[in-house]
Amino acid sequence: MLGYVLRRLLAAIPVLAIVAVLVFLMLRLTPGDPAAVIAGDNASSEQIAQVRSKLGLDQPLPAQFAIWIGNLATGNLGESFFFKKSIGELILGRIEPTLSLAAATMLIAVCLAIPLGVVAAYRHGSWLDRIVMGVSVLGFSVPVFVIGYLLIYIFAITLGWFPVQGYQPLSGGLGGYLHRLVLPSLTLSVVYIALIARMTRASVLEVLNEDYIRTARAKGQVERKILFRHALKNAAVPIVTVVGIGIALLIGGVVVTESVFAIPGLGRLTVDAVLARDYPTIQALILMFSGVYVLINLLIDLTYSLFDPRIRH
Amino acid sequence: MAFRRSVLGLVAATAALLAPGIAPAQTLKAVMHSDVKIVDPIWTTAYIVRNHGYMIYDTLFALDGQGEVKPQMVDTYTMSPDNLAYTFTLRDGLKWHDGKPVTAEDCVASIKRWGARDSLGQKLMTFVEGMSTDDAKRFTVKLKSPTGLLLFGLAKPSSNVPFMMPKRVAETDPNQQISDFTGSGPFVMKTDEWKPGDRIVYTKFKDYKPRPEPASGLAGGKVVKVDRVEWLAISDQQQAVNALLAGEIDLIEQPAYDLIPLLKSDSSVKLVDYNPLGLQYAMRPNHLIKPFDNPKVRQALTYALNQTDFLQAVVGDPDYYKTCKALFVCGSPLATDKGMDGLLESNFAKSKQLLKEAGYDGTPIVLLHSTDLQTLTNLGPVAKQLLEKGGFKVDMQSSDWQTVVSRRVRKDPADKGGWNLMNTSWVSADILNPVMSSFMNMSCDKAPFGWPCDAEMEKLRDDFAREVDPAKQKALAEAVQMRWREVVPYVHLGQFYIPIAARKNVTGILTAAAPVFWNVEKTK
Repeated sequence: MLGYVLRRLLAAIPVLAIVAVLVFLMLRLTPGDPAAVIAGDNASSEQIAQVRSKLGLDQPLPAQFAIWIGNLATGNLGESFFFKKSIGELILGRIEPTLSLAAATMLIAVCLAIPLGVVAAYRHGSWLDRIVMGVSVLGFSVPVFVIGYLLIYIFAITLGWFPVQGYQPLSGGLGGYLHRLVLPSLTLSVVYIALIARMTRASVLEVLNEDYIRTARAKGQVERKILFRHALKNAAVPIVTVVGIGIALLIGGVVVTESVFAIPGLGRLTVDAVLARDYPTIQALILMFSGVYVLINLLIDLTYSLFDPRIRH
Repeated sequence: MAFRRSVLGLVAATAALLAPGIAPAQTLKAVMHSDVKIVDPIWTTAYIVRNHGYMIYDTLFALDGQGEVKPQMVDTYTMSPDNLAYTFTLRDGLKWHDGKPVTAEDCVASIKRWGARDSLGQKLMTFVEGMSTDDAKRFTVKLKSPTGLLLFGLAKPSSNVPFMMPKRVAETDPNQQISDFTGSGPFVMKTDEWKPGDRIVYTKFKDYKPRPEPASGLAGGKVVKVDRVEWLAISDQQQAVNALLAGEIDLIEQPAYDLIPLLKSDSSVKLVDYNPLGLQYAMRPNHLIKPFDNPKVRQALTYALNQTDFLQAVVGDPDYYKTCKALFVCGSPLATDKGMDGLLESNFAKSKQLLKEAGYDGTPIVLLHSTDLQTLTNLGPVAKQLLEKGGFKVDMQSSDWQTVVSRRVRKDPADKGGWNLMNTSWVSADILNPVMSSFMNMSCDKAPFGWPCDAEMEKLRDDFAREVDPAKQKALAEAVQMRWREVVPYVHLGQFYIPIAARKNVTGILTAAAPVFWNVEKTK
């Protein structure tokens, strides 16, 4: 197992290297000049050139790349052009809101979607099944920001139960932290509830037709145990895969949700950095997100053996 | 159903109980037009940084509500009989946020840094022979020749504002950003609570000594009536309005025009027109390359365009725009319509005639179109339509604003990454005279992007800078406007106004060229 993990981690290095080269080149090849953005609206060409030189952007691309990679190798992510802070510090300051949002979203999604999927499979063809599947189609189809605005209108503006926007760190009190996390997490979880519920239904439905389920029923096993101990466990591998993919896809959803709810997380940082052409910050964030993808994939693969002992690494 | 509703209600009620108490009444929460990322108001001309500057810094002079120059940090000043030496004495009791006294040396260093960076400051410095400190509170500026720019320059209301900084900070290379945010203004920046992308926080400077006069414009007593001001970064305009309607924030500096009806219909909020001079739209041609290197083609622009179409497309509500042919802003002392007869009235036949005379060959002109700034987005399509009716062929290239900003400084041909035309806007307070107005600068390579070149215009601007008599200044402004008609460094597309949206209990918002937070009160 340990050897497998090490092999996978080593295999991630070329992946990250390719990502590093691509992101570096893409940023330089797309239109936009951070020096012009920093220098401000009325800056002269000379002033912009001075800023460009100060940022090292007047150097040849290979030299810029070499400096960046050299810094990365020593664990130095560089300094943001705009925030004038080390990028490591910036990311650390923004990681809590994003992790909180992602964790709460997946918690809500898994807790609601798996029971819904199982029940829909069990009541296959019934009105309940149709409702669950209908709602999940809706969940897929409606964009995150529309769901966000809808929930804000109902629960924040009309009912006044939750705040419209903003984030409170955990250190500011558990109550405020949870209070501000409910609407954004619910917003972001809708699509994952839809995705996971559909996958759970399909997987459980397939398993429910297996001989061993019929045997369990013949032995007089109660339906709840059949569903959750036998059917769900055997249907778990595709569900875990979907949950894992969902976690990876969260990064995109987080960007929109953080923007709508004014949450100062990594998603907002990414948007701000892209709009301001803050090259070092964009590079570091994309590299970090790629690393997270790789790790999540590894974790998913490792999880398979927990549900299906036949799978060995 | 009833059970489900009860559970939801219980969860929400529990969460509400667990939530921390409402912010103290003396905290004013505002959403500004942008997040504060750069905090050096001399380094950048960005308006959000200017606004930040007004929070934590003070100025030697300031424009009052009537547009007159008034002393601010300065107590008294004297002029030599030949108008070549000005001696300024600072008010008693001025302190920096670190408790040290404000000295004449600090002010001299601050003026030097501003003068090295700001366009008006640079012009002013060409008149300055030297600056010296007489004692801790007095300093003298000696001029090579008389100019009306000195006091006006020191009272410059908009970017870059000559904010005073401690000498140790003001001695920072003007091309480097400062890292010490000590000011002497009415608010102190809470550096430990500043989170770019989230919020910037200011607290009342307890040792600030306001002038005794009532606040007026950017002058007078800067009396702070709240303990704390938070500028929250809410990038989504709809959400900012939602937060205002829900009472989570107290003020939005620039609500989107399409959301103003929503705000008008809610009795808990009000709209405050705080800036009577407003802003101005402008179209800038690139004078370096064809076809706008030819003055006749630029003149064709002034005939093809009209202001109303632009203003209706972007602003919509006539309460918030004004067609105005005066280059130096309707409502200002230098406002005049001289030389504007027949222009900006979409006379397409005249535009086509000028293009024919100029030999315009029909090569499409590249119009840079910004798509992500609400106040600029609709300008592009209107410009394209009017120009095409006026005989131009237009290739409108859409991108985000930062791409436009990056591209407009390129001098390459339009088909190789350069450009021919772009639209922008600025606060009217930035263009109140020919020297301040950066697009009127026609000093070739030294001019801002677009790089217009005209010796006669530069001479008129120099004459204006030297003139101290207001009547003669007005005559020179008219002469500049007449010359503008011939050489067309840019085209102005109308004046517009963006009101502040505030909760009804927020009072005391001052009428000024920039949004300021002294005098603002929050009642229960």
